[in-house]
Amino acid sequence: MNLPNSAPHPGPLAAAAMIAAIVLCSTAGEVFTAAAMKSIGDLDLIRARSGLKGAIRAVLTSPLFFLGVGFLALAFFSLLLALNHLNLSLVAPASASLTLVTNAIAGKIFLKENVDRRRWTAAILVCIGVYLLAH
Amino acid sequence: MRKGKIQIQMAHHKLAPRQYLILLLVAVCAPLGDSCLSRGMTHLEPISLANPATLIGAVFTPWIALGIALLIAFFASYLTALSWADLTYVLPATAFGNVIVALLARFWLHDAISVERWAGIVLITLGVSFVAQGPSLTERPASAVPEGQPR
Repeated sequence: MNLPNSAPHPGPLAAAAMIAAIVLCSTAGEVFTAAAMKSIGDLDLIRARSGLKGAIRAVLTSPLFFLGVGFLALAFFSLLLALNHLNLSLVAPASASLTLVTNAIAGKIFLKENVDRRRWTAAILVCIGVYLLAH
Repeated sequence: MRKGKIQIQMAHHKLAPRQYLILLLVAVCAPLGDSCLSRGMTHLEPISLANPATLIGAVFTPWIALGIALLIAFFASYLTALSWADLTYVLPATAFGNVIVALLARFWLHDAISVERWAGIVLITLGVSFVAQGPSLTERPASAVPEGQPR
């Protein structure tokens, strides 16, 4: 049964808040997941030493990994909420492209990655590219 | 290095062919998995939340099962890539998957691609080639390298 969507159309501030929620949760999820994998170490080496079970155990015993997955799940539900109120053609490109830039900033601040000029340029080019491709 | 300050530099980390293969899996599996899910869900009867069992049944249809398998492969490759490369190195690879899918749609399914989308493809390809030319990992002081990490 198709129910008419009776929710009022959200204003620009509400739309921005919904997209910001997706971007922030997604960035937090990516950063925690990346931090977890860095703290675990090279999975290829762990698998060579302890087998596939050892590699899976190393990932599943990391609290940071579950924190990351939790934030990624929040990002997914924020996306569902946003799609309930906004058009896919706005939400998908805006959230995907902004996440690339916020991840570069978060990678530099929290993961202490050396985001040099080459990576900043790449993040901005890919950000605009994803927006154009998904729009 | 200045005393008391941890210096973090770009090391000249070159990836092995096997690691490039993992990055290719990261790029390809996510958009292909999403496409399989989309194809599987659009071929099903409309699903109502009042009957959630239908949703569970959908998981066992061929396209959706294939989509889920591809997304699991994506997540496993993504985690593996993050264990030996920076987040800011791996993420553009995930975006490059959209380019692969757009090109497949153009040349395999003969879908039309607008000028804006071609511009997007060019920009993503340029961005990914910028990152790929650089090192994959930020060098850490030896004491900060965890167990299992190549030094």
